[in-house]
Amino acid sequence: MLRVSDLTKTYKTGDKALKGVNFTIPAGQVVGLIGPSGSGKSTLIRCINRLVEPSSGKVYLGDLDVTAMPRGRLRTARRRIGMIFQEYALVERLTVMENVLSGRLGYVPFWRSFLRRYPPAYVSNAFALLDRVGLIDHADKRADALSGGQRQRVGIARALEQDPELLLIDEPTASLDPRTSRQIMRLILEICRERQLPAIINIHDVLLAQAFVERIIGLRAGEIVFDGPPDALDTDALTRIYGEEDWAAMRKQADDDASDDAESAAQAREAASRLARIA
Amino acid sequence: MTAASYPGRWKRPPLFIRSRATRLLVYGGLAIYLLLALSTVEVNWLRAYEGLERGWRFAQGFLLPDFTSRWRDIATGIQESLTMTVCSTVVGILISIPIGIGAARNLAPMPVYLVCRAIIAVSRAFQEIVIAILLVAMFGFGPFAGFLTLSFATIGFIAKLLAEDIEEIDETQAEAIRATGASWLQLVNYAVQPQVMPRLIGLSLYRLDINFRESAVIGIVGAGGVGATLNTAIDRYEYDSAGAILLIIIGIVMVAEYVSGIIRKRIQ
Repeated sequence: MLRVSDLTKTYKTGDKALKGVNFTIPAGQVVGLIGPSGSGKSTLIRCINRLVEPSSGKVYLGDLDVTAMPRGRLRTARRRIGMIFQEYALVERLTVMENVLSGRLGYVPFWRSFLRRYPPAYVSNAFALLDRVGLIDHADKRADALSGGQRQRVGIARALEQDPELLLIDEPTASLDPRTSRQIMRLILEICRERQLPAIINIHDVLLAQAFVERIIGLRAGEIVFDGPPDALDTDALTRIYGEEDWAAMRKQADDDASDDAESAAQAREAASRLARIA
Repeated sequence: MTAASYPGRWKRPPLFIRSRATRLLVYGGLAIYLLLALSTVEVNWLRAYEGLERGWRFAQGFLLPDFTSRWRDIATGIQESLTMTVCSTVVGILISIPIGIGAARNLAPMPVYLVCRAIIAVSRAFQEIVIAILLVAMFGFGPFAGFLTLSFATIGFIAKLLAEDIEEIDETQAEAIRATGASWLQLVNYAVQPQVMPRLIGLSLYRLDINFRESAVIGIVGAGGVGATLNTAIDRYEYDSAGAILLIIIGIVMVAEYVSGIIRKRIQ
């Protein structure tokens, strides 16, 4: 369970990124965090594991007051919070396995991580997770040898290797094509359900968010202006979050795209096989 | 609105010096200074003509190098130089790594950063020969002074470039490792090292190369190595032996260049 109360963040430049944010996420709930660029979404999730230091307010993970932890002991809090990133943020020159095992860095002493001698339980867990995300055959490859969707799966496995109590997910699909985006979102949702994991997903694609998450929080200029189920996110709410726009047209467009999608997927497959023949 | 009402000419605005008068003054001043400076260089053409003769003998030494009559001296010199080079490169790099990490603003706290940057600045401020003269005075003639000189110079070179490379790493990878709860050492090992390693190896090989060439130069001021042998040969007007030494140096540098090229290609 995650509880955030009166969280504020003022950057050194004087920009107020967050102005007193309050919410609670019960176990197993997946929340979509939407809002225009610069509304503080990214700052908010980074304040939760203190990659960004909040200016005031509290973050509770279960009973643990994350904001009160001294810097030196922060790792014991961070290792309980898994994070998934926009551009995957894998260490490109390390192998897939090393990337997954790096999820355990907060649990092992330096010499073990330096010699890559992780306890057997962690290693078998890493293999199990790679199998879960469908990449067990790629364990020994370097991370930069994988495609975007595969990399994001490794990112998910790394976060789960931490055995987290909470997932923070920053724009998981921003650099993926529509089909892979949906697959990744589905995978994240399945995993959260399997493990009763609460998660916050920072996401730009409103329709994708509505299709997958069970609760949406809308952020505008550092304040929560919407908090409710995806169905309640109507034209009014969208205007409150993003400002004036022809929202009905966006939905209609999306319906048209959905039928186009099938067509373009077929085209993409054909193009890929052509490329394969050339190579 | 018709197209004709837009200007048809566009000039790139001057970005460096905006005012036309200042620009003329600065560039014109530089040109005049260059002319005046050139006119003060005195060339003794007679002496240059006499020198041609000596230069020609030197060139002949190259064409007919004498490897045999001073071979023992040359072999000892080369061996000393290679030992100096390898030892000083290894020691220099081992010391440079912590200093380079400390001099990277994104990894080190301010006081550590300043100390490490100061060490780098001192090491870079002095040319190898100046350090060699000082160290020869302190430790006497011979390769030990040369070894210390080259180690010291290596620190400034590797630590500075390593620090700059670390400052340019992809921060998102570091952020992801930090988010797992990694300690500082683990962060360096998992997020920084993989990103800077290929360049660090490339720089080290390059420095090995530089150190070998420098070992020939600092030998001239008494810091041992093949430079001392070369100096002796020139002092005795044995240009054929000197030519042999230079050819060996060129050969070794070329081999080193070729090998490091292969290694660099394979570690990408």
